[in-house]
Amino acid sequence: MNRIIRIIFLDILKNKIILAYTIILGILSWSSFGLEDNSAKGLLTILNIILFTVPLVSILFATIYLYNSSEFIELLLSQPIKRKKIWLSLFLGLSLSMILAFFIGAGIPLLVYSADSVGLMMLVVGCLISLVFVALAFLSSILTRDKSKGIGIAIMSWLYFALLFDGIVLFLLFQFSDYPIEKAMVAVTALSPIDLARIQILLQLDASAMMGYTGAIFKNSFGTSLGLLISFLLLCSWVIIPFFISLIKFKNKDL
Amino acid sequence: MKIVLYICLLFSSLLYANVIEVGPTKPIKSIKKAISLAKVGDTIMVHQGLYKEGNIIINKKIVFLGKNLPVLDGQKKYEVLSIKADSVVVDGFKVIKSGYATLEDPCGIKVYNRNDVVIQNNVLDDNFFGIYIQNGRRCIIKNNRLVAYGTEEQKLGNGIHCWKSDSLQIIGNTISGHRDGIYFEFVTNSIIWRNISTRNIRYGLHFMFSNDDAYISNIFKNNGAGVAVMFTKNVKMFNNFFEENWGDAAYGLFLKEISDSYIIGNKFSKNTSGIHMEGTNRIQVEKNVFEANGWGMKILASCSDNVIKNNNFLGNTFDISTNGSLVLNTFNNNYWDKYEGYDLDKNGVGDVPFHPLSLFAVLTETNPSAMLLFRSFMITLLDKSEKILPSITPDNFIDNSPLMHSLAL
Repeated sequence: MNRIIRIIFLDILKNKIILAYTIILGILSWSSFGLEDNSAKGLLTILNIILFTVPLVSILFATIYLYNSSEFIELLLSQPIKRKKIWLSLFLGLSLSMILAFFIGAGIPLLVYSADSVGLMMLVVGCLISLVFVALAFLSSILTRDKSKGIGIAIMSWLYFALLFDGIVLFLLFQFSDYPIEKAMVAVTALSPIDLARIQILLQLDASAMMGYTGAIFKNSFGTSLGLLISFLLLCSWVIIPFFISLIKFKNKDL
Repeated sequence: MKIVLYICLLFSSLLYANVIEVGPTKPIKSIKKAISLAKVGDTIMVHQGLYKEGNIIINKKIVFLGKNLPVLDGQKKYEVLSIKADSVVVDGFKVIKSGYATLEDPCGIKVYNRNDVVIQNNVLDDNFFGIYIQNGRRCIIKNNRLVAYGTEEQKLGNGIHCWKSDSLQIIGNTISGHRDGIYFEFVTNSIIWRNISTRNIRYGLHFMFSNDDAYISNIFKNNGAGVAVMFTKNVKMFNNFFEENWGDAAYGLFLKEISDSYIIGNKFSKNTSGIHMEGTNRIQVEKNVFEANGWGMKILASCSDNVIKNNNFLGNTFDISTNGSLVLNTFNNNYWDKYEGYDLDKNGVGDVPFHPLSLFAVLTETNPSAMLLFRSFMITLLDKSEKILPSITPDNFIDNSPLMHSLAL
């Protein structure tokens, strides 16, 4: 298994795209941190990277990589290796390289300029978001054999989580504003990994505003150590569940 | 020559006042006895020790001095020190454990309808009310340290409580753990200077119906609801620090029905709301720093003719918020760190006006739960388009001359 991971990992590193991704993240982060004396602008830039760029690149790159390496996968399948092992090492290789890219590109400037609770939270959440969207890529690529369809599904799911979901939540908020929906809304956010990530960062970044009335509800739901644990577990389940479904499908797939 | 000598003698006998010493090792062991022996103008020097004498009433003009912080214990039953004479000086005592009653408000030290009383260098620990000036004039409360430990508003009194007084000076006191740190009701022409009021259950400073007062260079930090100034005119608030007042109804500075006042040179940092204004008129908000607050200023539509100029708004979640579309206030020459305009003529003033009110601030005002979506990409997009084409936010909520660089404040 380790050897397969190594092969995939090296193959991805040879692929210049991940290198470019790392460099772009690095340029964005370093320049936005260097722009002003306080780290606020830089943190906001990285927040937007985590909520927008990281999911997009992770899901698209992973999906396309999976489709392109279908022949390699078939070759591996002809060997006496368990299907589970192949799929898992593919996942580990891909997610490891995505996390590494995020860590070098955005993580190091974060640690240099803002090595406090906000920076650490962003680092952890950014890595988790990379993992979540690699897992979603595995799911979307196993759903269909058609490459263009698979990439379409990947883009759609990114659009849904990054934009549409918030639109729906906003709509719900205003439609049901006469009802006490704060707690229900807290539950609804569990349905989107990006929202979970965003709120965790928000609680660190906008601590003063979060002390207000509704902020207090979120603080009580997410900000306590139990809430923190639950939202991290939820984020992890966003990694595990899509990957697990894809694994079952891969095991039973007629290639 | 003889006459001069006689006059000198006469004056020196007048000037000469007795010092009555009280202490465990002195002939007089009771403070009450010393007061009964004292004549007007005498000094009572109390030496170190613990004095449990119930309610001590000072009803003569005397100087009441403590040496090495003698402890006056109210045993949770009595008001400790009642001052019922003009021009009394109380200096250097440790007053602890006053009684608790809802009708009489027993205090550590209370002044009853008297003038020119000086209360200084005392430590007040675990009292119901700390220092209470009732209908006093020209009193000075200076360099005292007040601490209380209650957790419920009903069971706690105020640190320094002043009612229906005039020309008071509250200087250099440290107050924590009381209900309101400093409380002013019907107090006029007074000054509150260089006090530190922290961790009080309700307000750091509570101000009602008190005209023509000034508070300068105080620190209000971490109080339950910040500072409230209500139903008052002509208040001057200069160079104070309002910090870390966190909570739903907590404000750095809460203004209600205030007019003709000045808020200059203050620093508001890390409050849920820096300033909350309700029904305020003709106030100058100048040269203040708003930093890392949830809301820099909340200006409700009931405010009019306020001028907000030359302030720095740095790193607030929302700089300004309001609850209506009516704007009767002016914003000028402020520095907003969220300003994205340009300055082609390089005169330090941005060429495009700044709309300090973000769409999202309006959304959360009508629907607080929307806070859940803050900083989401969708909202950022909506905010950007609203900045260019204001439709929901009032388009006259505007700073026409935003500064390009922050002011050195």
